[in-house]
Amino acid sequence: MTDASADARRPQEFEKVLSASDTSVASFDTHTRSPIEKIQHFLHSNPAAVPLIVLVVSVALFGVIIGGKFFSAFSMTLILQQVAITGIIGAAQTLVILTAGIDLSVGAIMVLSSVVMGQFTFRYGLPPSLAVVCGFAVGALCGWINGVLVSYMKLPPFIVTLGTWQIVLATNFLYSANETIRSQDIEAQAPILKFFGENFRLGNAVFTYGVVAMVLLVAVLWYILNHTAWGRHVYAIGDDPEAAQLSGVRVSRVLISVYVISGLICALGGWMLIGRIGSVSPTAGQFANIESITAVVIGGISLFGGRGSILGMLFGALIVGVFQLGLRLIGTDPQWTYLLIGTLIIIAVAIDQWIRKVAG
Amino acid sequence: MATEPLLTARGLVKRYGRVTALDQADFDLYPGEILAVIGDNGAGKSSLIKAISGAITPDEGEIRLEGKVVNFKAPMEARDAGIETVYQNLALSPALSIADNMFLGREIRKPGIMGNWFRMLDRGAMERRAREKLTELGLMTIQNISQAVETLSGGQRQGVAVARAAAFGSKVVIMDEPTAALGVKESRRVLELILDVKRRGLPIVLISHNMPHVFEVADRIHIHRLGRRLTVIDPKEYTMSDAVAFMTGAKAPPEAAIAA
Repeated sequence: MTDASADARRPQEFEKVLSASDTSVASFDTHTRSPIEKIQHFLHSNPAAVPLIVLVVSVALFGVIIGGKFFSAFSMTLILQQVAITGIIGAAQTLVILTAGIDLSVGAIMVLSSVVMGQFTFRYGLPPSLAVVCGFAVGALCGWINGVLVSYMKLPPFIVTLGTWQIVLATNFLYSANETIRSQDIEAQAPILKFFGENFRLGNAVFTYGVVAMVLLVAVLWYILNHTAWGRHVYAIGDDPEAAQLSGVRVSRVLISVYVISGLICALGGWMLIGRIGSVSPTAGQFANIESITAVVIGGISLFGGRGSILGMLFGALIVGVFQLGLRLIGTDPQWTYLLIGTLIIIAVAIDQWIRKVAG
Repeated sequence: MATEPLLTARGLVKRYGRVTALDQADFDLYPGEILAVIGDNGAGKSSLIKAISGAITPDEGEIRLEGKVVNFKAPMEARDAGIETVYQNLALSPALSIADNMFLGREIRKPGIMGNWFRMLDRGAMERRAREKLTELGLMTIQNISQAVETLSGGQRQGVAVARAAAFGSKVVIMDEPTAALGVKESRRVLELILDVKRRGLPIVLISHNMPHVFEVADRIHIHRLGRRLTVIDPKEYTMSDAVAFMTGAKAPPEAAIAA
């Protein structure tokens, strides 16, 4: 027994001065924040605020430039109709991107589901409602394949969905024999396939059921992501999958469920696609994956996962719609739209990086 | 010792390819004690702790909790059995709030229709309990329970992780390098937290490289070397340099201690 070991049972010699030190160990820096820091903190806790502000400003700007022709109930609801599909597919994309993944196959799954709904009705004579269910099943299956490859095989989501994108698209062309089902046939035999294209009017405002479905879907997903355990787990996985696993989240299960739900939402998008274009066409919706990623990024959702709000995605989709319609009404070359959207994407990512620095 | 050990491991083996991380390792934890686990880098401390906390499944050997053989296949199962772990990286989700983090994986749902049908979380109850726990451990200087963990300092994050383990651990709390990333004051606070948890009767397994901290709080010290338990010593009978000598192989451990 030495003095050294007896000493060891007490706090270290150099720690004696601590009794005189400031006792506020874990309290907050209460230094007054500069206005810019305040903005940063506000944006950090309200990730959908930036796209909302951009949306309001761009609507106001186009309203001033173009006037009543743009700033009318008809035009506003037209924008909603035009972004309905992007909003739906963007919702699927949001779920995947929140887990720090990316889904390039969303557009292909959407088209394949719509083709299955059409062909099962017209080729095999299934009742249209049953064909719709089959379309959803195909969407869920495609999502499940993505999910298994990502969570159990541990392959990077970008590579997995780059592959399934090609596979699903090719399946779609092979199965449909590149054959379009005409609008008149659908009208006559299976009107339910066009359900989401039907519209109703409130004054000058024209709403399709597709728009209503899109808004409802985003609202439901917002609730799920923010107020259920599953939603919190999606964020936690995107943040840090190791930490999530260690703190008791069943990461693989949640990841697979995310991809399956994403597939189901894509199938819903496929159903809406039939209503939107009127026919079942295997060549439709080629750019849905890029458009959905654009909406997600402009909506302030981080591609690194775990951050952002699905409402931001909806605002992002609407911003794209507002620019498209506004610039068309002004009569500029449509390339200006792409130029501006491209700029917005880069600005959105730059802002995301800046907001993340709040954690310093 | 007269009392039965609460948690034991016998003959644990874990191989990673050609590397043997655990080579017939044994482990004993008695009720109400603080057992420190020390060892050189690569001695297999982490693998031992991961095997006990369910993060890895050993290739051979058995683990007993209160005399019953347990086979944890996931950290979740160890947690359900009452073994909580504070990992070195803390296993917190930076973007989620303090309350969400404390209840990650065992959320409380609202009673009635909202909870059962709509699966709505009971944020109020979770925040209340999180606040109670943090206050009990003297950490309630963290003011806003719903702020994101990434806005907290290192010491505060450690506090949240310890509070989570203390709140839910019913049998054992394992802490992996709890003071490694902290300053002097924060370290002191965490050591007080550890003693506080011990006073509640929970045994603690403390993995640390910090000899002064180990000798200050531990009741027994498990020295791990080359994938197995070399010896267990009483910190009152040996000096820090003895411990370092045993753990690096500079000195052979006494025969009597091996039996302990």
